[in-house]
Amino acid sequence: MDIEYNAEERAFRDEVRAFLRDNLPADVAEKVKQYKRLTPEEMVHWHRVLGEKGWLAMHWPEEYGGPGWSPVQKHIFEEEAAEAGSPRLLPFGINMVAPVIIKFGTQAQKDYYLPRILRTDDWWAQGYSEPGAGSDLASLKTRAERQGDHYIVNGQKTWTTLGQHANMIFCLVRTDPTVKKQEGISFLLIDMNSPGVTVRPLITLDGEREVNEVFFDDVKVPVDNLVGEENKGWTCAKYLLTFERTGIAGVGISKAALAHLKTIARETVVRGTPLIEQPAFAERLAELEVELMAVEMTNLRVVAAAEAGGVPGAESSFLKIMGTEVRQKISDLYREAAGPYALPFIDESEPAVGPEFANVAAPTYFNLRKLSIFGGSNEIQKNIISKAILGL
Amino acid sequence: MDFSYSDEQRMLKDMVDRLVADQYTFEARESIRTSEAGFSAEVWQQFAELGLLGVPFSEAAGGFDGGGAELMVVSEGFGRGLVLEPYLSTVVLCGSLIDRLADETRRAELAEGIIGGETRYALASHEPDGGYDPHWVRTTARAEGDGFVLDGHKAVVVHGDSADRVIVIARSSGEIDSAEGLSAFIVEADADGVHRRGYETIDGHRAAEITLEAVHVDADALLGEVGGAGDALESALERGVVALCAEAAGAMEIACDLTLDYLKERKQFGVPIGSFQALQHRMVDMRMALEKVRSLTFWAACSLESDPAERRQRIAAAKVMVGKAGRLVAEEAIQLFGGMGMMEESAIAHYAKRIVMIDHYLGDRTWHMAALRETLTDTARAA
Repeated sequence: MDIEYNAEERAFRDEVRAFLRDNLPADVAEKVKQYKRLTPEEMVHWHRVLGEKGWLAMHWPEEYGGPGWSPVQKHIFEEEAAEAGSPRLLPFGINMVAPVIIKFGTQAQKDYYLPRILRTDDWWAQGYSEPGAGSDLASLKTRAERQGDHYIVNGQKTWTTLGQHANMIFCLVRTDPTVKKQEGISFLLIDMNSPGVTVRPLITLDGEREVNEVFFDDVKVPVDNLVGEENKGWTCAKYLLTFERTGIAGVGISKAALAHLKTIARETVVRGTPLIEQPAFAERLAELEVELMAVEMTNLRVVAAAEAGGVPGAESSFLKIMGTEVRQKISDLYREAAGPYALPFIDESEPAVGPEFANVAAPTYFNLRKLSIFGGSNEIQKNIISKAILGL
Repeated sequence: MDFSYSDEQRMLKDMVDRLVADQYTFEARESIRTSEAGFSAEVWQQFAELGLLGVPFSEAAGGFDGGGAELMVVSEGFGRGLVLEPYLSTVVLCGSLIDRLADETRRAELAEGIIGGETRYALASHEPDGGYDPHWVRTTARAEGDGFVLDGHKAVVVHGDSADRVIVIARSSGEIDSAEGLSAFIVEADADGVHRRGYETIDGHRAAEITLEAVHVDADALLGEVGGAGDALESALERGVVALCAEAAGAMEIACDLTLDYLKERKQFGVPIGSFQALQHRMVDMRMALEKVRSLTFWAACSLESDPAERRQRIAAAKVMVGKAGRLVAEEAIQLFGGMGMMEESAIAHYAKRIVMIDHYLGDRTWHMAALRETLTDTARAA
């Protein structure tokens, strides 16, 4: 048993660190660490930097442009990138639609879309959830009817993350309403500039526009944009849900968040004493540290199993629950650290009221409630664990 | 032992509930919240006409002579509607200070202005590096001629942006964290040297940073004796905490109701999600959290006149429970609503924000736990 990285893995970590030091814009990293909003340009820029280096599509097979990393190397990269304050990669193109295209797409689809994704030519969005289809995704109603060499799409998707910037969306649509609900679904790629597509903002409780509703009104989609077979879209959806989820715990993100919180706790002096020297606060920080250590080592155990050839299955549900819970708890303590100055609700463009970090604390806390809701709610993850691991 | 309301308390409750039901639908609240002032002057006038602004004042001063129970009844009703008017600042906090500190003539005059709805107040007590400590006062009061000169910075003064007058707690003597040497001054909000930066709070209220630069006030601006405001301040803040706890109880009640309705309505997998046992139990936990807050709020509200040790313990316990149980209810409500719980257009999101953020007014859970630890040490020593 050895819980340390070997020499080769350490060398790889040094290479990643050096790359991040030389290529990650310092102002962007600072914004990420302070929970500040990035512009679409800043996000795209980072994707392109990684794309040029060949590190963007780390889960892809090498023949399509993946870097050929082992599970441990992927883990090291994700963790180092998060700790350094790299912008979060938009998963919709690289980690969601691309694996489906690689597995189920035609040669023409691969030749067209994959290089575009590697170059970040398109901004992809996900069209899964609908107002009536959340946890029960298969009950989706958006309808696609075949007319000659087109589908005519009608319906509504919701919770479309950053859909306001997207030009492409992959959707689960119903192509056969007469069969069992999982069997009449297809996986369709839709150009968001097509006539009949409307994107409407949904404002979240922290005042942000992060999610949208997308409406389809007689949208014409070429039959060539169908991925996989008609009515076999549920297979694509399920494949996607099990695809490479070792990064789902977000350990690097939590480590960066906890490090930031410690800096704040050292710098924030209340009643003459830094927060970090106040026993009640220090104890809660230490408790979080323990929680995070547990998630980190659990994550490493799953990574090691993957390295040995195992395929992470329901274990990724453990990681999703543990990882999101610890991130939410860190944001809760962050809010507490702000004290009364958690109250002012100040736009980032205005000067802060009280300490610089404080005004972002409560919005961040509320925003991160989403972590236990999206990507398969934590309740759904528990159902998976009950069934797949416990056999209940 | 009797947990029921008296006839008068029942009437007060009915009146507040009716007012909130009529004036504070979610849509109405949204339009008040997003208005320039952030509260409604018309609703404030209605409070005056119904006598609500006089609840804690003595009958001699034109009030209702209400105690902790009345304060709880009113605040709980306000919590149900997420009422935005500056009742806590004007009536509960500043009203209490005026009641305790002003001499009879002055008290009658100032109370009249509040009760009639003419004058709104804000309490400027806490300071930027003092956290939740009301005694951490750097703001100075220096005697000059017939009056005083005030200098300092007051943090997150709730409703300080719109108040006509601010009661400023300033230090005339004593150590920086001492209750001794604190004085209370009534300062006109538009006086020379008073600078206000107003802003919204994340839970829909308004507040301000207030700086005082060589602000000259007359002798009669002083409430009570020089350096003698400590006890009255403690008493006012205790009333404020009870009001906040009751408000939290009211808001938590509605958050529970809305979530329960949603569990019954929202269907997934062909059935209402409330038919899943895992979610039923979580709803039960929310209701138990609400009951705990109600119980401790009741206890605290009935202890406002008890001896200091008992009183402090019960009030701190209630606020600790609001911090803990309130967070549970708010987080679970959002989770059970799923994405809809995170939408600014959903009422539940606004209840969740208010419930969580009440922890940040007049001392959070950690702050009041420290107070409880002190009472623990005292009891152990006595035993």
